[in-house]
Amino acid sequence: MSKRNWAILVAVILVATFGWLLYGGLNKNVVFFLTPKELVAKGANGYDVPVRLGGMVVPGSVQWNEKTLDLRFRVTDDSDTVAVHSTGAPPQMFQPGMGVVVEGKYERAGVFQATNLMVKHSNEYHPPRPGEKPEEMYKTLMKGGAS
Amino acid sequence: MTTVAPTLEAPRAGRWTAFGVVSIALLVATQAFAFVSSPPDENMGQLEKILYVHVPAAWVMFVCFAIVLVYSLLFLWKGREEDDLVAAAAAEAGAVFNGLTLILGMIWGKPAWGVWWVWDARLTSTLVLFLVFVGYLALRAFVEDPQRRGQWSAAVGILGALNVPIVWMSVTWWRTLHQMPSSMQSMAKIYWLGMFANFGAMLLVMAYFIRRRYEAAAVARAAEHAAQAAALGGLD
Repeated sequence: MSKRNWAILVAVILVATFGWLLYGGLNKNVVFFLTPKELVAKGANGYDVPVRLGGMVVPGSVQWNEKTLDLRFRVTDDSDTVAVHSTGAPPQMFQPGMGVVVEGKYERAGVFQATNLMVKHSNEYHPPRPGEKPEEMYKTLMKGGAS
Repeated sequence: MTTVAPTLEAPRAGRWTAFGVVSIALLVATQAFAFVSSPPDENMGQLEKILYVHVPAAWVMFVCFAIVLVYSLLFLWKGREEDDLVAAAAAEAGAVFNGLTLILGMIWGKPAWGVWWVWDARLTSTLVLFLVFVGYLALRAFVEDPQRRGQWSAAVGILGALNVPIVWMSVTWWRTLHQMPSSMQSMAKIYWLGMFANFGAMLLVMAYFIRRRYEAAAVARAAEHAAQAAALGGLD
C-alpha cells in the first residue's frame, strides 16, 4: 500500500471517529417525541411550545364527532396520561391501543392541541384473528365514536 | 503512487445473461408467492404487501454498501483497478435499492402513519446514506484521473458504508416514528417467509446488477487503456 493510500485511510478513520462521537453527542437530543411522563415532568416549560408527544391511545378514551370532525382521546405511557384534542379524520390505522405521535402544543388547561396526528405502528404483524376484518375496524371506530 | 495495471481485460459479455434471467424470474415468483400467501395484517390490511419490497430492498442495500466497503479497502490496499470498478458498481446498485427503500417506505408511511415523511433518526439517516452514495457516483463522474478517482471514491465509499450500522441501529438508539425491527415473535411466520424469500431473490438480482455494471465499466476502461496505448504510438 502506498503512502498516499495510507494517508487516505488514516483520514477516513479520523473523520469516521469524529462522526461517531458527533452521533454519540447527538444521542440525547435526537428524540423524535416526548412521552406523556416527560412532557408532564417539564411542568411550566412544557406549556405552549411546539412539541411532539407520543404514546398509546387509551382504550375507551376516543371521542369522535363526525359533524365537527372533533377528535378527543388520551395518550398514555402507563405512567402519565395526557388529553389530546385534534381536528380532522385521523389516519386509517388510528385505533384505541395503538401508538400515536401528535404534533402541537400542550396548553395550560391540560389539553394537548394537536395540529398533526401520526400513527406509530408497532413491530407487530399478524393476520387478523378469526372473525376480525381489518378493513371494517376503522369504519366501526369512526362511526361508533367511543370504542 | 500505486500503479494501475496497464491492461485491463474487458470481461466477456453474455455469460451472465442466463443468471440474470433466472434471478429476475425468481424475484417475480417470490413476489407472487408473498402476494398470494400472506393474509392481510390485522391493523394495516393489504398494506403489508409493501413489506416484501421495502424490507428486502433495505437489506440488499446494506449488502451493497458492505461490498463497497470491502472493495474500497481492497483498492486502497492493493491498488487493483478492478476492485475500484466493483466498488463503483456496488455503489450504483446500492443507490438504486436505497432509493427503492425510501420511496416504498414513503408510500407505506402515508396510509400507515398519516404522513409521507418525518425527520426522525431512521428516515433521516437513510436519506443521508442515499445522498452520500449519489455524491459518490457524482464524484466519480467529475474526477478524470482513474488513480485519483479510485482513491477519492474509496474514501467516500468507506465513510458512506460506515453510515450503514447507524441506519441499522437508529431505531434502537433513538426514539423514532419508524418501528423497531420485528422479531420472530412479533411477526407472523408467513410474513417472515415472504420477506426472506424475496430477500434471497433480490440478492441474486443485486449480484446480476453489480456484475453487469462492473462489465460495462471494465469495457469502458479497457477502451480507454487501448486508446491511450494507441496515442503513445503502440508502445504497449
